[in-house]
Amino acid sequence: MDVLDLARWQFGITTVYHFLMVPLTIGLSLLVAVMQTAWVRTGNRKYLAMTKFWGKLLLINFAMGVVTGIVQEFQFGMTWSAYSRFVGDVFGAPLAMEGLVAFFVESTFLGLWIFGWDRLPKKVHLACVWAFSLATIASAYFILAANSWMQHPVGVELVDGRPRLTSIWAVLGNNTTLAAFPHTIFGAFAVAGTFLVGIAAWHLWRRGDDGPVWRASVKLGTWVGVAAFTGLAISGDVQGKLMFEQQPMKMAAAEALCHTEQPAAFSVFAIGDVSRPDCENVKSVTVPALLSFLAHNDFTTEVKGIEDLVPMYQEKYGTNYPVDPKLGELSGKPIDYVPNLPVTYWGFRLMIGFGGLAVGAGLLILWLTRGGRTPGGRWFKWLALGSIATPFLANSFGWIFTEMGRQPFVVVPNPSGVDGVWMFTARAVSSSTPGEVLTSLIALTLVYGVLACVEVFLIRRYVRAGVAGVLPARAPDDDTGKRDDTEKRDDDVLSFAY
Amino acid sequence: METFWFCVIALLWLGYLFLEGFDFGVGMLLPVLGRSERERRVLINTIGPVWDGNEVWLLVAGGATFAAFPDWYASLFSSVYLPLVLFLLALIGRGVAFEYRGKVDSARWRRTWDAVIVAGSWVAPLGVGLLLATTVFGMPLDAAGDRVGSPFASVRWETLLGAAAVAGYALVHGAVFLSLKTEGEVRERARALALKVAPFALLPLVVLLLTVQLRFGSVWTWAASIVVGLAAFGAYARLVLRREGQAFALMGVAVAATVAALFGALYPNVLPSTLDPAWSLTVAGAASSPYTLTVMTWVAAFGTPAVLVYQGWTYWVFRKRIGTRHIPDVHVPTGSSR
Repeated sequence: MDVLDLARWQFGITTVYHFLMVPLTIGLSLLVAVMQTAWVRTGNRKYLAMTKFWGKLLLINFAMGVVTGIVQEFQFGMTWSAYSRFVGDVFGAPLAMEGLVAFFVESTFLGLWIFGWDRLPKKVHLACVWAFSLATIASAYFILAANSWMQHPVGVELVDGRPRLTSIWAVLGNNTTLAAFPHTIFGAFAVAGTFLVGIAAWHLWRRGDDGPVWRASVKLGTWVGVAAFTGLAISGDVQGKLMFEQQPMKMAAAEALCHTEQPAAFSVFAIGDVSRPDCENVKSVTVPALLSFLAHNDFTTEVKGIEDLVPMYQEKYGTNYPVDPKLGELSGKPIDYVPNLPVTYWGFRLMIGFGGLAVGAGLLILWLTRGGRTPGGRWFKWLALGSIATPFLANSFGWIFTEMGRQPFVVVPNPSGVDGVWMFTARAVSSSTPGEVLTSLIALTLVYGVLACVEVFLIRRYVRAGVAGVLPARAPDDDTGKRDDTEKRDDDVLSFAY
Repeated sequence: METFWFCVIALLWLGYLFLEGFDFGVGMLLPVLGRSERERRVLINTIGPVWDGNEVWLLVAGGATFAAFPDWYASLFSSVYLPLVLFLLALIGRGVAFEYRGKVDSARWRRTWDAVIVAGSWVAPLGVGLLLATTVFGMPLDAAGDRVGSPFASVRWETLLGAAAVAGYALVHGAVFLSLKTEGEVRERARALALKVAPFALLPLVVLLLTVQLRFGSVWTWAASIVVGLAAFGAYARLVLRREGQAFALMGVAVAATVAALFGALYPNVLPSTLDPAWSLTVAGAASSPYTLTVMTWVAAFGTPAVLVYQGWTYWVFRKRIGTRHIPDVHVPTGSSR
């Protein structure tokens, strides 16, 4: 493999892995903030137990999210240095803003929250978790602004062959960002909601002592999940329509739509290989005219297929890569404007499918546990545990689709923007040696793999232990919020310590 | 404007070296000063609430370099690839180790994570030192800013000296910090250790500054280097008198003057080419457009004071010395429940 393939694998692996932690952190942190608010307001120990239990899982997860995030930031310079030089004038700004405005807040206030139990006044301590949570959402915004610029470059002009920033507001207010941000945030809440439902339902099934804690968690999780899924469908539709306009090839690839159709049918699934040359013969269930509606809000309009889009791209961006030794084996070769069809086609379907499964399982669990009921069968246990994985899978496939769907571009040309502000992925890599990138690819993948096992092991352990693992046993109505807010005495033991 | 941002980057590195410097030092000293499990927990908890916030200084230094000097960011990070990977692995291991080590009540589990903390806390400052020294002494770069030569081109005696200098500084800084933040036996041990190792551990820093001076020195980098010497000596003297707070502050002065000397010697380059001075990346050549720098200046103007205020508040909230009597008993789930 050459540097390009290795660098792409590395970016893909590290990004998908990082994005397993991120949505859970975003969603769960806000839910924990809500739980703690409920505790501070009502003094009900149930809410304290919830805050502590879900908070502990949040911390285990956050640690992994932070350390894998560092790799993301450095990776642009390490393996994608040509990209970094090309887009530096615009792309670095949202990254730096994320660090300065959001990530500092996250890390600092999380530290205060973890170690500040009983050391800070109760309301100040509560404010810390809110600050942390809102900062994770702000983080997401800046990172998505950076990513959206790669999908749809705006706010720049071309000077000496490089994009130069002309309006930061255009970058931060990119319509692609405004569509991607709610979709991603709803995705995060779908993850967190399902996480609550799955784990809490499993505890209900085990019939331990803390029924009320788990019932409240199922309820909260399901409603958050349902709201999130509704939001996902709406924001996804908006995003899709935008994408038909901005990246028609990506959407044609999402449908494996070979020929232009009018009206175009939406493919539900396919049997066989959707990649060329016979992608038209494998679609098994289609909904007539639905794709036209998804693309243009109208059941009759035309949707361009791959074979008509390719010549358009070739005319604008060339038929062959330039002859340049830095392009390796691609130098002078024809440019393939069609993204990997099986990946985009199935990525799109799996994203939607797993999202649907997640909300379906959540609603089913809520109904099965209505009015204090608890199903006893083993199948219920597997339903609860299985549902946890579904939104994670939906998120991962969504990102794989969105990033693979823009190939062969790393910066996708903006059809209504500045001509020339685009970049082929093949041109973006560093002039590193394959050995270097292979070494880091193997090292990072191995370490991530080991850490995945550790995280799952720890989460499983804390999940099994339930409330007893995070709260020392005490009389039921002790610690109901009546403790005064004065600082601890000097010889007191710390209320929290590593 | 470019020069202003060059100074901002230097300040971010200063913040990083000063803050994460001591938490690296605490990690390095974990097995030396923490003789019992409870003592090791005392050490870890001196930095528990703050190490994560400290590390963000690195991320912001990296992000700001990307935004303000993309060519510098791209050339440096791709040229020092393998050492950076090792550095990142060290940060990864260390970061999860702090969070995970206390989550299972088993001696073997804790020993494993302690080993990760110690290894990570040594490798990371060595990596930072190598990276900084590479920036100052330069790389074999071609006209496009790409590395010529082997993946280990950044590993030379000057850069290894830089690695040793930062690690040595972190070691002493960590010991001084611990003598300020702990009580009882740990405090005494930390202080004794700082006094014992400082002359040796800070030696590479002195040699590094002299080397930089001989090669790129100017009058005012001389001045900065002299300040480093005076501050280090002052820190030592204050520590002898048990004025740990002042000693810690003087360690801060020393690192500030070090950063001033290094970046002062580097200016107006940001990454010199050792092959041809014409290929060196310069402050003017590597910088983003004036508009981007203006945007970043506004962000920094509002963001930085806020960061300093709330990070300062964190240190205030957790200002008390801690000792073994403050450490709660282990409370973690047992593995056997079913």
